[in-house]
Amino acid sequence: MSELSMFDVLGPNMIGPSSSHTAGACRIGKVGNKMSKGDISYVRFYLHGSFGQTYQGHGTDRALVGGILGFDPDDERIVESLNIANNLGIKYEFIKKDLGDVHANTVKIEIEKSDGETVEVMGSSIGGGNIIITRINGLDLEFTGEYFTLVVPHIDRPGIVTKVTSVLANHEINIAFMKVYRHTRGKEAFMIIESDNVVDQKTMDEIKALNGVMNTYSINLK
Amino acid sequence: MNFNSAREIIDLSNSEGKKIYELMIARETELQGATEAEIRKNMARSLEIMKKAVEDSITKDIKSISGLIGGDAKKIYKNESIKGGTICGAMMKKAIAYSMGVLEVNASMGKIVAAPTAGSSGIIPGTLIALQEEYDLSEAVIINALITSSAIGLIVSKNATVAGAEGGCQAETGTAAAMAAGAIVEMMGGTVEQSFHAAATSLKNILGLVCDPIAGLVEAPCEKRNAIGASNALISAEMALCGVESIIPFDEVVDAMYKIGRSLPFELKETALGGLADTETGRRIKKEIHNN
Repeated sequence: MSELSMFDVLGPNMIGPSSSHTAGACRIGKVGNKMSKGDISYVRFYLHGSFGQTYQGHGTDRALVGGILGFDPDDERIVESLNIANNLGIKYEFIKKDLGDVHANTVKIEIEKSDGETVEVMGSSIGGGNIIITRINGLDLEFTGEYFTLVVPHIDRPGIVTKVTSVLANHEINIAFMKVYRHTRGKEAFMIIESDNVVDQKTMDEIKALNGVMNTYSINLK
Repeated sequence: MNFNSAREIIDLSNSEGKKIYELMIARETELQGATEAEIRKNMARSLEIMKKAVEDSITKDIKSISGLIGGDAKKIYKNESIKGGTICGAMMKKAIAYSMGVLEVNASMGKIVAAPTAGSSGIIPGTLIALQEEYDLSEAVIINALITSSAIGLIVSKNATVAGAEGGCQAETGTAAAMAAGAIVEMMGGTVEQSFHAAATSLKNILGLVCDPIAGLVEAPCEKRNAIGASNALISAEMALCGVESIIPFDEVVDAMYKIGRSLPFELKETALGGLADTETGRRIKKEIHNN
């Protein structure tokens, strides 16, 4: 955890009514937007615990859809997000579900892209608008979006981490934290790279072009 | 530059001859890499959001998502049924109306600044904007006050909690009132010691206050507790500016608040299972809202 800023204490700037049920929900939704690169035809929100109990009263539904549309927690369009999604032809569904031994404010988002491919993002809103993403596409992992975050799905093989970090070094991107997660040896794995600076498109493209890298996703949450 | 307690802030302020907001700006510059100009620009943006919320609450028809609250700030602001329009005085009347108004805007999915939380977001803007209008204070003065308030909130965040789920309402509206009170004292020319006497008094005044939101929503009793928080901040600031001291220092009051918060049963910490939420009327409202 980095040192608190004065804007963490006096903030976030947000659409009400609840930092955990509205602002945090929006940020988890936005991770869904980034992981599907905005290509969404159908999205299912599985709402656990307090999220499931009070999602309408807290506008959690509108905040999640707002996030899926790429809005930040202080975007006034959140109030109208369900209508905006309807107009864009994006279908959505809210399902109360016990997701097991997870934080009380947890949502699992299942996104169907236009080509039928599915993306799964699970995260918890842990208070004050802060979140933890705990699963992507069936793989348990952990990041908070507190830093500029680069998610790199890749094939688990020797040397791949060096290649990716070299590209970042060449572009003078300082890595604050980095973790690698995998399903099984030699199969799909994820690098979660948290950096102090924004990773630009050119750098992302260079990483994506590396042999063994499957894709790159940049997650920049307010 | 960093600090973890009111004691450290007081010592730094005295040794360096700096106001609390100046110390906070120095800390932010060093730890976050932001320039003073950037900090002031961002804080001006926060103040703009606060002012817009106040303005909307007294000019527009506001209704919360559930329909439980809305329109109260306007009733107080425009009241003419009492002779002279107020029994508390013009400034207090505004502070009450504005702090409730921001909560109404929050509950209707309007834009607010969590200060330090959404549920307590009315207290700091309510008091500071009312004072700005009554004393004709500049934007720069209010921005400094907001920065001072953040330093006080930082001490609570570092040593205790500002979350209702962890510490009850005392952690939310108590901290907000402490932040506002300390900032008001500095803004009105008090010493750093007086700022923390005011902050300590505010927090002491509502130690033990539980978080028992009806139907689990950030609406009632939150809205009225913001009005109480605003008056609490103003009363505490007035005491401190007149030389009344808190017998227990701020840092120890924060510790006490945290201990009390931890010993509160979970039914009284935002779960909506106890207190007002678990009254006959509270349960009925919950049923009505969540069956819709």
